[in-house]
Amino acid sequence: MPALTVIEFNGKEHRIDAEVGKSAMQVVIDAMVPGIMADCGGACSCATCHCYVEAPWATRLPEPVPAEREMLECALDPQPNSRLSCQIRITPHTEGLVIRLPQSQV
Amino acid sequence: MSHHEVLLVVGAGHAGAELAIQAREHGWPGRIVLVGDEPALPYHRPPLSKGYLSGEATLDSVALKSRATYDKAGVELMLGRRVASIDRHAARVTFIDGQALHYATLALATGGRPRRLPAAAEGAEQADNFHYLRTLADVDRIRARLVHGSRLAIVGGGYIGLEVAAVATRMGLTVTVLEAADRVLARVTAPRVSSFYEQVHRQAGVDLRTGVQVDGFALDTARRLVTEVHCSDGERVRTDVVIAGIGLVPDTDLAAAAGLDVEDGILVDACSRTSDPAIFAAGDCTRYESPLYGRRIRLESVPNALEQARCAAATLCGKERRHDGVPWFWSDQYDLKMKMVGLSQGHDRLVLRGSIEERSFCAFYLQGSRVLAVDTVNRIPEFMLSKRLVAERLPVDPERLADDSVPLKNQIAA
Ligand SMILES: Cc1cc2nc3c(=O)[nH]c(=O)nc-3n(C[C@H](O)[C@H](O)[C@H](O)COP(=O)(O)OP(=O)(O)OC[C@H]3O[C@@H](n4cnc5c(N)ncnc54)[C@H](O)[C@@H]3O)c2cc1C
Ligand code: FES
Repeated sequence: MPALTVIEFNGKEHRIDAEVGKSAMQVVIDAMVPGIMADCGGACSCATCHCYVEAPWATRLPEPVPAEREMLECALDPQPNSRLSCQIRITPHTEGLVIRLPQSQV
Repeated sequence: MSHHEVLLVVGAGHAGAELAIQAREHGWPGRIVLVGDEPALPYHRPPLSKGYLSGEATLDSVALKSRATYDKAGVELMLGRRVASIDRHAARVTFIDGQALHYATLALATGGRPRRLPAAAEGAEQADNFHYLRTLADVDRIRARLVHGSRLAIVGGGYIGLEVAAVATRMGLTVTVLEAADRVLARVTAPRVSSFYEQVHRQAGVDLRTGVQVDGFALDTARRLVTEVHCSDGERVRTDVVIAGIGLVPDTDLAAAAGLDVEDGILVDACSRTSDPAIFAAGDCTRYESPLYGRRIRLESVPNALEQARCAAATLCGKERRHDGVPWFWSDQYDLKMKMVGLSQGHDRLVLRGSIEERSFCAFYLQGSRVLAVDTVNRIPEFMLSKRLVAERLPVDPERLADDSVPLKNQIAA
């Protein structure tokens, strides 16, 4: 199981063994790390699963599709490395992925 | 609070699951028991008429949370169990098998059930190919019949009916939609938007008929299968499968029998409290006091179920929280991502922005310069901003609103 590190806004780090095939959002929810609401359940419809992907992953992950890009523009405090965690799929290649959570989702 | 204090949550859907987990996060010290009459782990309902129906989503991917999450949160799951009654005096619920459980605090998240079609009561409802669509079990039955080349008759042109029409058409079925009102989505959207959706479905090959009342069915000689749908205009639609999607009835039976205040929904305040201080309620089964609209409203949507559950969880842990969020809802049909914000009731003007022809537009429902509600189709930035427009009651200039050359963002800032 590829390791995923989630860093809460307050700096608290969680290392999670993530199941291949799940989305980063599902992994964070399952691990009960606070900071992601995921209101739409991964339908790319709510932007309440916003996260920042740490280097070098921002460029290694598959590019966001236009719908995700548009959603992100409207998330709170978007940065160039912003992603919707529900659109990040855990694969053997995401081993070591690190994401940071924003201060607030809405 | 001692550890003997049980928080008992009845109904394991979006609201129940969220409420149980959040109550632990907010520090509920005692047992938390989540009871649901469906056998599956609590799951997302929206994919039932979308990705799960088409087979793109799996059982695993529709689960709300993994089993381990409930364990971790110390939430005891009692699935496949139905609560039969509440004894408020004794602070106890009884299951249909007679077993009883005491509670310190009770939360009702019983959701709703499909409105039954009167014309189906005389036998069609019992047929193997007649379906309502609310649960995973419903969809598993339906899926077995959605085969290429079959004929599907959908009664009701609301979201669920139209989403199913979109999926089934893509799967190669011949689809007929029968809607009693003179347009689809009549209860929720403006005529312009309805006619857009009608056109899209017809272009996709759906035989969409409005203003037709279904008044009967023909069954085969064994009375196992519906063969025809009979309409009040004399039309007979031959079919292999029927799905009725004509609305939802909130599940308030338990609450009403226990003497709680109920009026087309369990009545709750903005913090999800019922008329009994030991009992909370959240989700589709409730009608809540909305600070934003200044009246009681009943919503059938995931974001609402989640927010009410979060308010209930915080409040019952002593951290009072009011639900003052904006109602919103989404519906995916074909390539169209529709998102609706707010409630349009009482609007005096409709302003369109963008292009209906290019399948990318918004409809703003205005009352003076206040935006009551917005429907957006393939317009994500406007959707996100619309939530703010409605929530913060930001005044708008209707003429400029329609001007697609000026980003909405700039219009708000001004
Ligand atoms: C096909 C479909 C598509 C949808 N699409 C969307 C969408 O795209 N976007 C959106 O926002 N919303 C959508 N919705 C609506 C959304 O799913 C509901 O608003 C939401 O699920 C409500 O959650 P809830 O927890 O209040 O109720 P429910 O999900 O109905 O859960 C209630 C649960 O309680 C159980 N229960 C009831 N009584 C008892 C009892 N006495 N004992 C034990 N258990 C009991 C019920 O069996 C049920 O499992 C859709 C709904 C359907 C059916
Ligand atoms: S969960 Fe809603 S956009 Fe990711």
